[in-house]
Amino acid sequence: SCPLSTRCCAPSSAAPAMNCRAEVLEVSVEGRQVEEAMLAVLHTVLLHRSTGKFHYKKEGTYSIGTVGTQDVDCDFIDFAYVRVSSEELDRALRKAVGEFKDALRSSGSDGMGQISLEFYQKKKSRWPFSDECIPWELWTIKVNVVNLANEQERQICREKVGEKLCEKIINIVEVMNRHEYLPKMPTQSEVDNVFDTSLKDVQPYLYKISYQITDSLGTSVTTTMRRLIKDTLAL
Amino acid sequence: AMDTDLSSQDRKDLDKFIKFFALKTVQVIVQARLGEKICTRSSSSPTGSDWFNLAIKDIPEVTHEAKKALAGQLPAVGRSMCVEISLKTSEGDSMELEIWCLEMNEKCDKEIKVSYTVYNRLSLLLKSLLAITRVTPAYRLSRKQGHEYVILYRIYFGEVQLSGLGEGFQTVRVGTVGTPVGTITLSCAYRINLAFMSTRQFERTPPIMGIIIDHFVDRPYPSSSPMHPCNYRAGEDNAAVYPSVEDSQEVCTTSFSTSPPSQCVFTVTKAHFQTPPPVVTDTLKVPVMGLAFSHQLSSSRLSYQPAALGVGSADMGYPVLFAGGLNAAHPHQLIGPGKEGGVPPIPSQPAHGTQADQERMCTPLDGVHYSAATPSSSEDTETVSNSSEGKCGSPHDLLETIFIRKVGAFVNKPINQVTMANLDIPFAMFAPKNVELEDNDPMVNPPESPETESPLQGSLHSEGSSGSSTGNTHDDFVMIDFKPAFSKDDILPMDLGTFYREFQNPPQLSSLSIDIGAQSMAEDLDSLPEKLAVHEKNVKEFDAFVETLQ
Repeated sequence: SCPLSTRCCAPSSAAPAMNCRAEVLEVSVEGRQVEEAMLAVLHTVLLHRSTGKFHYKKEGTYSIGTVGTQDVDCDFIDFAYVRVSSEELDRALRKAVGEFKDALRSSGSDGMGQISLEFYQKKKSRWPFSDECIPWELWTIKVNVVNLANEQERQICREKVGEKLCEKIINIVEVMNRHEYLPKMPTQSEVDNVFDTSLKDVQPYLYKISYQITDSLGTSVTTTMRRLIKDTLAL
Repeated sequence: AMDTDLSSQDRKDLDKFIKFFALKTVQVIVQARLGEKICTRSSSSPTGSDWFNLAIKDIPEVTHEAKKALAGQLPAVGRSMCVEISLKTSEGDSMELEIWCLEMNEKCDKEIKVSYTVYNRLSLLLKSLLAITRVTPAYRLSRKQGHEYVILYRIYFGEVQLSGLGEGFQTVRVGTVGTPVGTITLSCAYRINLAFMSTRQFERTPPIMGIIIDHFVDRPYPSSSPMHPCNYRAGEDNAAVYPSVEDSQEVCTTSFSTSPPSQCVFTVTKAHFQTPPPVVTDTLKVPVMGLAFSHQLSSSRLSYQPAALGVGSADMGYPVLFAGGLNAAHPHQLIGPGKEGGVPPIPSQPAHGTQADQERMCTPLDGVHYSAATPSSSEDTETVSNSSEGKCGSPHDLLETIFIRKVGAFVNKPINQVTMANLDIPFAMFAPKNVELEDNDPMVNPPESPETESPLQGSLHSEGSSGSSTGNTHDDFVMIDFKPAFSKDDILPMDLGTFYREFQNPPQLSSLSIDIGAQSMAEDLDSLPEKLAVHEKNVKEFDAFVETLQ
């Protein structure tokens, strides 16, 4: 179950709970494009799933800070995307994606894996039960790493992957536009059950990132390649 | 709830939201076609005026155009707001690339909470717009504009006209938001024949369609607003365009309530820049801020500052971006990152305005140099002091809003790794970064000269010493603390004097040493008969090998 034990939640490795929206995206990329492609998708999702910082005032009202955005150009893909202006968030994503990339590389499998971004709510339980994590949206990016033979193929891959990522962004926006379930805006005492309030400049919904390396049959490699990278709870 | 009619307060709020949503939509689209990377800062404290809780800059000229097109109306059924993006070559050919449409349809959602859900969904829609504007083909084209073509925008209100996009155009939906008065839809129709253009240089041939299209002649709405370049440069003839524009910025500070849900405390103030006191309208509660607006943007990279407002008509030019002037005669003088990338040239025509304005307005280029001190300070949440902070209520605030300029993959320029720019020597950035490597570099620390003196070495020295006062050994040296210009101890492990001394006595090349050379040659000659004998013995093997190669 969850290696982060006490303060963490019920394992979300299982199939998403009921009422949890699940979206799957697939990309085929060259090894050196893995990081940028993953960051592009994760940042685009988090752009839509982050708000400004809440400031609670008297009488139960709150005001919301401002979210800045910035353009990011990819070096290995003919592609650019927009991300939230938050260094902390960017670092957290880069760390997760970096580990995923390393795991892909060293796995020795065919270069297939998936990285998941899950949004969840916490439900406090009484002692001795630990808090429950209830996912409400799960994004899975399946990655297939290809090896290319020459520079010409690489150039084509740059363009093709760029086009594919454009399609993915459009897909993500479509999902976001459905205006389906979102946790309701919390009171001050509940805000940490819904949002990650640890960042200083923006406030994403509580999320966790995990990844798996799969072998060619699509089943999960049995070694301890599976990890949960938790950025929301300080351990 | 029983009342299905919108309360008048909700109605007012909704109209305001839609109006500002329309204005922000235009800003996002035009800014995404400027040809530069956009960067705004997050701010944890709501300083007010950031509509929809997003830091989206307001380029005054663009707001002006949008307001002009809307003429006080709001998008409604049959009345859509359209932003047309087109490309114009330096030869004058133009082509429509995209039409972004903000439409309203009749499908109402009476149940939805205006001040809360609608507002947040509009915010989400703007985020989607930010994302989508980077994935249509015109984005990459616009990043490469500047030399052979420019990207123009035009705003019109009324019926959507898609005929200029050619056959087979595609549509992408950005999103929809239901409101009690209708459903807002935002979408983009774009020409697809350009898809291949994004991967190669724009060719100086007739446009892809094979027809020279001159939209200014064929335009069905000749009275509609003229085209504007996205990366608009102020020129002299444009300075007079907005002399009497009343620039009123409406400020929005919203608070939300969780109990009861969706109660919105909403404050709007209006600041006039040409009349002294700010006029406060539409206040529901005590006004929070009298500012026009503020954006917490990094000041480490400065590429745009609008003119000071309110000090007479001369200052009312609204240059958007600067580097050179735009005038009617040479529309293609617009300078963007272009293909050469890098720093745009110094403006040849400083933007119109007073001296003070000129100083401010010509700053973009100063800021483009990467200040090594804080390359990522734009990301810091420690807000850079903003001119607006100390000037609450003053209508004559200088709006310091700044674009961050970064070099990205689309720009053909090596990224300067300024790591030692803080050293006080010229060209410090070109000094080697890693001092440790210097110690092992034989070019810097040559190996010791060999002890033996060959006749050649002697002769070398005799030649060398004739011209220089330095002798063969270091004994004759008088040590001077030699600090020549452009050198610093920290960078190189030796000073110039030492360097000079070291290289006065390079080590003897072994091949030049006669003894060694003669020796090896003699050895070779001696061993030849032996070698020949061995080869003769193995001649059969050699023949067999040669056979396999046939």
